Amino acid sequence: MYGADVEQIAIQLNEDPQKLADFEARIARGEKIEPGDWMPAEYRRQLIRMISQHAHSEVVGMLPEGAWITKAPSLRRKLILLAKVQDEAGHGQYLYHAAETLGATREEMLDALLDGKAKYSSIFNYHTTTWADNGAIGWLVDGAAILNQTMLARCSYGPYSRAMVRICMEENFHRKQGQEMIILYSQGTPTQRAMVQDAITRWWWPTLMMFGPHDADSPNSGVLIRWGIKTRTNDELRQDFINQLVPDLQACGIVLPDPDLHYDEATGNWRTGAIDWDEFWAVLKGNGPANAERMAARRQAHADGHWVREAAAAYAVKNQNQ
Amino acid sequence: MERAHQYALSGYLIALADDELILGHRDSEWTGHAPILEEDIAFANLALDEIGHAKLWYELAADLLGEDKVTYPDKLVYFREPAQFRNMQLVELPKGDWAFSTLRQYLFDAFEALRLEALSQSSYTPLAEIAARIRTEELYHLRHSQAWVPRLGLGTEESHARMQAALDALWPYAQGLAASLPGEQDLHAAGIVPSSAGLFERWSGEVSQFLVEAGLQVELRSPLADIDRNSHSEHLPALIHDLQSVARLDPEATW
Repeated sequence: MYGADVEQIAIQLNEDPQKLADFEARIARGEKIEPGDWMPAEYRRQLIRMISQHAHSEVVGMLPEGAWITKAPSLRRKLILLAKVQDEAGHGQYLYHAAETLGATREEMLDALLDGKAKYSSIFNYHTTTWADNGAIGWLVDGAAILNQTMLARCSYGPYSRAMVRICMEENFHRKQGQEMIILYSQGTPTQRAMVQDAITRWWWPTLMMFGPHDADSPNSGVLIRWGIKTRTNDELRQDFINQLVPDLQACGIVLPDPDLHYDEATGNWRTGAIDWDEFWAVLKGNGPANAERMAARRQAHADGHWVREAAAAYAVKNQNQ
Repeated sequence: MERAHQYALSGYLIALADDELILGHRDSEWTGHAPILEEDIAFANLALDEIGHAKLWYELAADLLGEDKVTYPDKLVYFREPAQFRNMQLVELPKGDWAFSTLRQYLFDAFEALRLEALSQSSYTPLAEIAARIRTEELYHLRHSQAWVPRLGLGTEESHARMQAALDALWPYAQGLAASLPGEQDLHAAGIVPSSAGLFERWSGEVSQFLVEAGLQVELRSPLADIDRNSHSEHLPALIHDLQSVARLDPEATW
């Protein structure tokens, strides 16, 4: 038995209505969908899109902070930053594997990234211009990512959900080191205080955009929520983030770059001014400050590594034949 | 330990630490740019370990000099001039291509395995303990870098040519491994540290054989006289400038 709406979706997606109804019932019971299980083609497609996009974000996300490893101003900060960027590579690796369980290959996914067909988080298309940006990325960007990932840790697809549990634990350390850096510098020397203010001023709005378009303009949200991939909307997550961060940043004496920011007594929410969606779409379409540079760095690494991958493959074949 | 030995050992350890720091710096430059994602992870890990080991040696040097273990390592790293660094030139050369970086890592790791084995037998217990601890991690490094040598030496024509070119460029600098570290003679006589020349002989035999098995030609040159730890290439000042650039923006600040 299944309802009329299931039937309608089954027709739209060209799926067997009984199978679709059983699948949705499993999700409703809170069961995880595993790699060999039946799933609608659209569920598979949406997951491959999201997981590979997430993996690409980790890999491209190594670049803005990676550029500061050699310059980190103490051995402690250097070791922390190296470990953090290494974690990001590790997250990319788990996520590519999670997408592989749905039938995508790493090669296909990487080609899609390098050909500019696959997206990655818009946030990594901004430049890191001072050392304090690493603190802002940790506290704001990783903090925002954690909210999204905590939701995804409960998602209906088993491999993605389990990858997220592990990733969230590590991301919490990333957030904490950023928070510690910003708090310390906000009480530090005039140079440090100015650096922190400048970093937050530049990263605040792009971080709010990370949650994606408003719900009304988010084309994939409906089906993602129906099938338990997402359990909360972009706007809900963004509001949680704003409510968490505004009082903490203000307590550091940092001024947020938003003259309309105010506390709404009635709802208990901090309200921001309007987000500049033109900027968001421009960055997403490849016209952000660092899009070209990020993609050039990825393409360069891939091209430079070609002979290495070829040699490793040739050596493996020779060894097999011996 | 005698006062004179304490002082000599601190200089010796700072030189060892400088090798680790500078090699770790070069390794870290691959983060985000390696040929495969697994090597981004591996090279970041090598860098983490090398820099972590540098920190351990700087801290032990601080102890011997009666300096603060927390602040002294950063003072050495961020506020010495390039000419005051005592690393060997081998580790300061730019990272080059993947053949150059992996082969340098192998040559260094193979020597370090021998040195750490000897240092873990040191008559000075704090030194022996740290060496034993570092050695367990360094054996993983050696295993990793060692795996790349035949893979690239015997992989394809291009990888072979790149490895041979890397070896030809690195080999003269690797002879610097034979050079004594600061204070080594007295410390060796007291059973505190091994003789670099003695380790070098073993290293040279083992490494040459391994390289030949990986299809590479080893030119047996005698050690170059000017490769000691007081002279550096032009690459070191640029590296140190980058390394210290943020810390020196505000020397009074706690970073």
